[in-house]
Amino acid sequence: MGALTLTQVTKSFGATQVIKGVDLAVEDGEFCVFVGPSGCGKSTLLRMIAGLEDVTSGDVAIDGARVNDLAPARREIAMVFQSYALYPHLTVRDNMGLALKQAGTPRAQIEAATGKAAEMLALDHLLERRPAELSGGQRQRVAIGRAIVRRPKLFLFDEPLSNLDAALRVQTRIEIARLHRELGATMIYVTHDQVEAMTLADKIVVLRGGVVEQVGRPMDLYNDPDNTFVAGFIGSPQMNFLDAGKLGLNSDRLGIRPEHLTPGGGQISGRVSHVEKLGGETLVYLSSEDHGLLTVRLFGERDYAVDEVVGLGFEPNRAFHFDAQGRRLR
Amino acid sequence: MSQARHSTARSLAAHAVLILYTAIALFPVFVVVINSFKNRRAIFADPLAVPGPESFDLVGYRTVLAQGDFVLYFQNSLIVTVASLFFVLLFGAMAAFALSEYRFRGNMLMGLYLALGIMIPIRLGTVAILQMMVASGLVNTLTALVLVYTAQGLPLAVFILSEFMRGVSDDLKNAGRIDGLSEYTIFFRLVLPLVRPAMATVAVFTMIPIWNDLWFPLILAPSEATKTVTLGSQVFIGQFVTNWNAVLAALSLAILPVLVLYLIFSRQLIRGITAGAVK
Ligand SMILES: Nc1ncnc2c1ncn2[C@@H]1O[C@H](COP(=O)(O)OP(=O)(O)OP(=O)(O)O)[C@@H](O)[C@H]1O
Ligand SMILES: [Mg+2]
Repeated sequence: MGALTLTQVTKSFGATQVIKGVDLAVEDGEFCVFVGPSGCGKSTLLRMIAGLEDVTSGDVAIDGARVNDLAPARREIAMVFQSYALYPHLTVRDNMGLALKQAGTPRAQIEAATGKAAEMLALDHLLERRPAELSGGQRQRVAIGRAIVRRPKLFLFDEPLSNLDAALRVQTRIEIARLHRELGATMIYVTHDQVEAMTLADKIVVLRGGVVEQVGRPMDLYNDPDNTFVAGFIGSPQMNFLDAGKLGLNSDRLGIRPEHLTPGGGQISGRVSHVEKLGGETLVYLSSEDHGLLTVRLFGERDYAVDEVVGLGFEPNRAFHFDAQGRRLR
Repeated sequence: MSQARHSTARSLAAHAVLILYTAIALFPVFVVVINSFKNRRAIFADPLAVPGPESFDLVGYRTVLAQGDFVLYFQNSLIVTVASLFFVLLFGAMAAFALSEYRFRGNMLMGLYLALGIMIPIRLGTVAILQMMVASGLVNTLTALVLVYTAQGLPLAVFILSEFMRGVSDDLKNAGRIDGLSEYTIFFRLVLPLVRPAMATVAVFTMIPIWNDLWFPLILAPSEATKTVTLGSQVFIGQFVTNWNAVLAALSLAILPVLVLYLIFSRQLIRGITAGAVK
């Protein structure tokens, strides 16, 4: 229970097409993450799955049944929003129980379901409070609890952690991962945070301008990107793109991750423009006449002076070749 | 230190301006009220003096309560104002919700059309309105007044409320939809409470012109049974003699109910700033 299929789904607002034909299959129990730059249509796609936006053309199917014309409440989904969207006039208990109450579930059953969800999220002592009396992290946990209580086929998350501070974000991320394991439910998660995408996902969908650029497991996207967009989007700091012609290769551009450039060797040379020491690693930014700005990631603490000229080498089998259109040459 | 002094000076200046404005605004009301408690001679001899042991006289109030049916007039005014207010807020909020929440063809045009009434005074249509009321047999009924005032108040209500409703979190409404709330429940239970301050503002701006209006009661409902307070007070203003005591007393009395309504709404206005679920 809980597989999702999108078939040639499109969405237009007036004359502008925002989603341009998306095909996607998410299997039961999978954790699928949508990533992409701002405005690429992640939220729109998620809202179409939820039924909050009409589908202009194409089909959305949950468990093989077409749901295009089904109201959001009848799709057996639950959604967690970035702004929490708790009902201000209801207590935490009633917030969590509302969907079941609307569905006409017996009172005792609602009590049991909210109690269980509250226990899972350590919300027991907050049940009688109103949203205004909670901290940001607590509100988001209540919002997640509200989703759990419904036992949906599909959990939808739209950047649920972006309003939280760094520490809380890590903690809630771990909590979501744990919930996914315990509930075994299908989850679709929108984010533009690399780390969330890489750590949570079974499957990452990279979107750009309403088009799916690549779908795959996190490490597949990292180690085997289809094009320069995916190569540049996944991985932080960003992949370096070098002018392949200047290196005497016959592709157009050469992509090398910052950790795969090593000082020494003389194929590439650059002048140090900035050094960032992070303790565990050192990031060196170089400007090179042939290739523009390059980033090198070195393990441990290293000393480089600004304006120092450094020669760089790389292992050819860790470099990716791209053509002039940005497509990967394999 | 100088920072603190500076801000004290600034707040003193601000208060001085506000107090001056309050004094100017309240002065006519003050003059009306003090003179309503004086005898006729004292009103003309020294209109700005407060009533003293010699000049104090309740003749105005006695006249008002004795002549005509002032309790009935008050009741009429209240019925008309409260009913109109109710319909303006209800229909205004509903139209505003539709305009701000749903995308449909002609949404913009509809919004402009509904707001047009802010710029065009409804009194321009008096003749047509009167013909319509005569044709439908509503002349000399409070219903006629309620209908006209509802029409008069709607444009501003729709305009202000739709701006505010656009500000209500989409996520909250969508969460409601996913949880299976009907559009009506979303409107009444989620959106309306969040725009309560705007509703209070609209209520105040709608209520006062209705309460004070003389034009439509005079034209549409001048019968004894449907007179409003403003119209009822007119009996004391004659072409040659005006019973100033009675006029001032009637006006002073007419302030009270509207003051009570205002206090109710302004409390809402302050309390209504909701600390919501949205961060
Ligand atoms: N109601 C709407 N009317 C018109 N255009 C819209 C509407 N909603 C979204 N869009 C457009 O659709 C595009 C995709 O929006 P969407 O909110 O899905 O982006 P996103 O990928 O979620 O971005 P972000 O990461 O900033 O949240 C944007 O260009 C946006 O301007
Ligand atoms: Mg978004």
